[in-house]
Amino acid sequence: MIRLERRPAPSRFWSYMTPVLAVALTVVAGALLFWALGYPAGAALYQFFVTPVETGYMRAELLVKATPLVLIGVGLAIGFRAGVWNIGAEGQLLMGALGGGAVALAFWNEDVPGLIVLMMLAGAASGAAYAAIPALLKTRFNVNEILSSLMLTYVAGLIISIMIYGPLRDPQGYGFPQSRIFHPAATLSPILEGTRLHFGAVIALVAAGLAWLAMARSLFGFQVKVVGQAPQAARYAGFSQPRMVWIGMLLGGALAGLAGVIEVAGPVRQLNDSISPGYGFTAIIVAFLGRLHPVGVAIAGVVIAMSYIGGENAQIMVGMPLAVTGVFQGMLLFFLLGSDLLIRYRIRLRKPGVAARPAAEPVPAVAEPRVESA
Amino acid sequence: MTRSLWGVGALALAAGLSAQAMAQDPVKVGFIYVGPIGDYGWSYQHDQGRLALEEHFGDAVETVYVENVAEGADAERVIRQLAAGGADIIFTTSFGFMNATVNVAQQFPDVKFEHATGYIRADNLSTYAARFYEGRMVAGHIAGRMTKTNVLGYIASFPIPEVIQGINAFMLEAQKVNPDVQLKIIWANTWYDPGKEADAARALIDQGADIISQHTDSPAPLQVAEERGVHGFGQASDMVQFAPNAQLTALVDNWDQYYIDRVQAVIDGTWQSQDTWGGMAAGMVELAPFNAEAIPADVLAEAEALAARIRAGEVHPFAGPIYNQAGELVVGEGEVLTDEQILTMDWYVQGIDDRLPN
Repeated sequence: MIRLERRPAPSRFWSYMTPVLAVALTVVAGALLFWALGYPAGAALYQFFVTPVETGYMRAELLVKATPLVLIGVGLAIGFRAGVWNIGAEGQLLMGALGGGAVALAFWNEDVPGLIVLMMLAGAASGAAYAAIPALLKTRFNVNEILSSLMLTYVAGLIISIMIYGPLRDPQGYGFPQSRIFHPAATLSPILEGTRLHFGAVIALVAAGLAWLAMARSLFGFQVKVVGQAPQAARYAGFSQPRMVWIGMLLGGALAGLAGVIEVAGPVRQLNDSISPGYGFTAIIVAFLGRLHPVGVAIAGVVIAMSYIGGENAQIMVGMPLAVTGVFQGMLLFFLLGSDLLIRYRIRLRKPGVAARPAAEPVPAVAEPRVESA
Repeated sequence: MTRSLWGVGALALAAGLSAQAMAQDPVKVGFIYVGPIGDYGWSYQHDQGRLALEEHFGDAVETVYVENVAEGADAERVIRQLAAGGADIIFTTSFGFMNATVNVAQQFPDVKFEHATGYIRADNLSTYAARFYEGRMVAGHIAGRMTKTNVLGYIASFPIPEVIQGINAFMLEAQKVNPDVQLKIIWANTWYDPGKEADAARALIDQGADIISQHTDSPAPLQVAEERGVHGFGQASDMVQFAPNAQLTALVDNWDQYYIDRVQAVIDGTWQSQDTWGGMAAGMVELAPFNAEAIPADVLAEAEALAARIRAGEVHPFAGPIYNQAGELVVGEGEVLTDEQILTMDWYVQGIDDRLPN
């Protein structure tokens, strides 16, 4: 008989150990899965966990892939902490890419010093402006921001399409939907020889650090937490909830927009209709996987990036189909999030038939009532 | 040599050994697909080409593929991994992989690259595409002859030249055999989205279309046609299993022979950078078996004759006179559009009642 028992306080030990446990469980379950399907389990696990960090190039790729996830995830985490559910980071990313990209294309054949900085500002501003729409709808008309921000994502995709089929289309591009390649002055050149690692990774790291400072050490961070956890108390304390909606949305939008412009100025180097493979949505997972803590988000971003790159490698080197690598990624997430249960609950094993302790309720067989009443 | 030992091959390459020096080893061929191989459309057909390689060469080749690769920053890493993993030749099978392919080709001058539907070439980078519009002409003929409502439907993906060529070739021939024919176009803004494609098919049928042509990759529109008792054409692969009554024929992309030829060239050491744009004569564009139950015998005979004449080079889908929507003559009697004009096509022919989404 297994039952869950709520801990008096969250376990510190387990809050550090659950990721380790989760990886261990994933390795075991993954090995079983691969073995059952007839793939070499050792070689496959090697592709997932070792190859992505084996060479300098792959480590750089890991950071390239993690950069947008971390940038967006940090912004979302702060919003989520304040109870602001911005699900439209993907759209804000696209608008940031468009805003920054439009600046780059305005000077497509000119070597403008400092252009890249201007692009970053334009990108962040575009993302924030796009996020201001759901913020306004929420604070003015109490429109659910989950729906409005999500639906605006699809609008953003269409706006990008209009621009790259229209005014921003490369005149020498045979009519294909893409802009000109940016001028070198409008790109983030690699900071590590022979790799694609660019300055955006540094920006993501700084953003995570600043967010951590703000959340842990400032009144702002305190307000965010209070508004998110106890809206009533926040109202008594005079913390404005609409203000928090604005801050949460604008901050999330600005960082998503920044991620967008960094992506087009970094590895993509043009505007096209495949700027992001869904970074804005994946970043939601990253934010929660990182427990809405900026440092956790930075780590989670790298972990998720690793699972994607590992999945590609497993396809290339072991000949594993995409569906299997997807199941493996799902397992990793499942165990990571599932084992978090151990932070708040402990597992009690008891032989069937043995009477419960006198103090306990008469129905120890079912754990749910206790869990829910807690 | 197993796939997990590719790293060894990479080391050998890095040590400066050429592929020819290891002639006893199988030629390693990499493929990168934009969609899942189960799309029964574009990526599926490229994968059929990969399987044809394995069947033709047996142990002399070893193939590897990566499916569903996003056309953004990820593509470059995947292509690079294929190259670093020891691939001798890599086929990148979507237009959106162009810049990534160009970048990796620069870094791996000893590896051969083949990019589908692109226009940038290098010493170790070829391009290839198919004249899909040739098949559209035959489809247009069947549609123009068979329609009872005189309304044809067309589900388009994106307004790029390849798609516009298809619409124009289809409509030119349909008008030729049926001057009253009307064409309704829906831009689905996707290459592959069964839900959206099915919605587009329903909307077209509701507007009176009794024959649907599609330039999107899923069998969903044909399935709708099957349900509603109208007809359509399969896209990219033979989709007859999804719509045994509705499919009149399918415009099949057949890459098998091209892939075999190019890999043979690598084995022989005769591979050179080139641009290939093959049509029905080259076998790159094929028509699935005609649906003799649905197509009247006279129309079927005409379609077969037309296909034969296209293959023989006697008929060109863009032979003049062709007028654009404004009624201006684009190409005169006795002339045909040049490849350059076809490749950059961004206008509709006369008679199409639609505006290009710009």
